Amino acid sequence: MAALLSITHRATGVFLTLGTVVLVYWLVSVARGPEAYAGLQETLGSWVGIICLFLWSFALFFHLCNGIRHLFWDLGYGFEMKTVDASGLAALVATAILTAITWLLAFMYSGAQA
Amino acid sequence: MNLPSLKIRGLPVYKIINIGGLYGRLRALRTKSPALHHWWWQRITAVVLVPLSLWFAASLITMVGAGHAAAAAWVGSPGVALLLIVFILALCYHAYLGVEVVMDDYVHIEWVKAKGVLAVQVVLGLLAVIGVLAVLWVLVGLA
Repeated sequence: MAALLSITHRATGVFLTLGTVVLVYWLVSVARGPEAYAGLQETLGSWVGIICLFLWSFALFFHLCNGIRHLFWDLGYGFEMKTVDASGLAALVATAILTAITWLLAFMYSGAQA
Repeated sequence: MNLPSLKIRGLPVYKIINIGGLYGRLRALRTKSPALHHWWWQRITAVVLVPLSLWFAASLITMVGAGHAAAAAWVGSPGVALLLIVFILALCYHAYLGVEVVMDDYVHIEWVKAKGVLAVQVVLGLLAVIGVLAVLWVLVGLA
């Protein structure tokens, strides 16, 4: 599992790098005005857009949780095989919870503001 | 931190072989090698990005379904704008350093690697500049 999480960390990192393009475009559309913003919202609100946003949110939370493991390793903690497995599992569970909360709240907000 | 007490030629083993300990990294920093500079900035930006990316994601959620006015008001408030600028810079630099490591490990043709790293550097650099300018544009009220 350790090897799988390691390669996933890299894959999500590269995928999130692609996401920076959309993030910057979102800021640009805010700067450009209501019309551009509405256009981007429509694109992101389509099913392709929502799937991409979902994958990006998952990738972000995974990379963040697993990245915290890396930071602990850098400090010299958590190298025991038992701890590596436990923290890996914890990162996966935290990723699932954060992604679920994000989308639950997103749907609540979209309902409230529609 | 459990360090082995075994010594070789009077030096504790942990001072000779570093297995990722902070102590070793701090000592090695004195060499000022580009690789370690790279290593440190990847960690510094990572630590900065933990709270900032959570904050950004949470803020975006509250703007789901809301229109341009809400987004512009958020981006345009001074505190948010400042944090967004730090976020964009840290994000682009972290992404660049990360992709560079990945390319270093998987691209084995030297000139492709060099050109690829340069391309990623240019693209992420431009993204950072455009992102910061967009935030400033909204901040000064031009949006």
